[in-house]
Amino acid sequence: MRWTNCASAVLIACGLAALSAAAQPAPPAPQSRFVVVLDAAHGGDDTGGHLANNQLEKSFTLALSVRLRSLLAARGIQVVTTRESDATVDAIKRAEIANHAQAQACFSLHASESGSGIHLFASSLAPAAPARFAAWKTAQAAWVTRSLALAGTLNSALQQAGMIVTVGRTTLPALDSMTCPAVAVEIAPEKTPDKKSELDDPDYQARVATALAAALVEWRAEARQP
Amino acid sequence: MIPRHYKLLFGILLAASVVMSVTLWHLHQRAHQRLIAGQDSAPTSAPEVAPAEQATLLMANDSDGSMLSQFHSLPLPADPGARARAVLAKLLELYSTPDSPHPVPGGGASVLQVFLLPAPTPAANANSTPSSSQPSSEQQTGPQLAVVNLSGSFAASHPSGIQTETLTLLSICGTLHANLPRVTEVRFLVDGKTRSTLAGHADLTITYLTGDNVSSEAAHP
Repeated sequence: MRWTNCASAVLIACGLAALSAAAQPAPPAPQSRFVVVLDAAHGGDDTGGHLANNQLEKSFTLALSVRLRSLLAARGIQVVTTRESDATVDAIKRAEIANHAQAQACFSLHASESGSGIHLFASSLAPAAPARFAAWKTAQAAWVTRSLALAGTLNSALQQAGMIVTVGRTTLPALDSMTCPAVAVEIAPEKTPDKKSELDDPDYQARVATALAAALVEWRAEARQP
Repeated sequence: MIPRHYKLLFGILLAASVVMSVTLWHLHQRAHQRLIAGQDSAPTSAPEVAPAEQATLLMANDSDGSMLSQFHSLPLPADPGARARAVLAKLLELYSTPDSPHPVPGGGASVLQVFLLPAPTPAANANSTPSSSQPSSEQQTGPQLAVVNLSGSFAASHPSGIQTETLTLLSICGTLHANLPRVTEVRFLVDGKTRSTLAGHADLTITYLTGDNVSSEAAHP
């Protein structure tokens, strides 16, 4: 009899403890990591295109990558870069870095004197279902749909910032091997009747970097929506 | 009195002079005949000009990244390979004009050759018989692969950039398909050799598809 009373007391105590635990708010779930890969195109022996005022594409993309990394870090976004100096990095290495990072967005940064505004490119590969083993040259095929969605988010954010944007699809060796939502971003001078900005204009570079950072913050918010 | 051996030497020299004179005259006559024959084979009438036909050119525009169809009347040879080269030469000639919306130097001479081959479809490979010498009906009416051989100077002078390089390649593919509908795949060579990119960006190692629905998609080998 005495044993039965003791057991009942223990059960009641456990039940009360469970009830009090249920009443308390659940601890916040840890934030999922959000990583962005910035691939400053060209570098080292590969100078890229020759821009106005004797500027080289490899220097422009590196400067943009550094600036964008700072802006993203200030917004709490983890950044992985494919190069931090004037070094030669081949397309395979660039894709390897991006794929190891398991990033939520990958940018291949380019610059050109042709055209106007910002040119966004997703891979021209036809979308394919994800597979356990993917061919290296077409690994991006399983991510093309997400890449197009990323390009759409970038397009709207850049247009909100008053930029001229064209969106297309292309074949770039590094981009086609990336297993992440990947977009090639090509910066060209602004050439509109009421707005003209050259690539070496610091104000234009700052506007582009800020708009890209804002677009990635928006992409992060979209990625975290259930 | 002239010694006998002098007479003999004189006779030999005289005979040699006569023989050499005859030989020289004969060679002169042969050269003259050859010259007359060469003049006869020289063209005396202008070559026949192919009749002018309407060609569709897909013209790229750098300002908005678009491609628009334009119709031009130009002499087009009957041979499909020469025809393909003629339309591409016209396309690149228009790109090299000062007011071009897609400025690319080089002009029509930048297209060295265009080769048309049966497209290597899996079905064709399975049915092909290497021993047969006659082209099959599939090869005569089936899809074709165009191999466009561009000049090295064209690639070297092409503006660098993803958009401009991609537009050049896609407008070439689209123009080929518009004028030769059997061309469904295009590969590019530069001076007869494969090259990694056109001017640092657009991939030249892949086969480009030209179908209506996949104009910008690429097939990897």
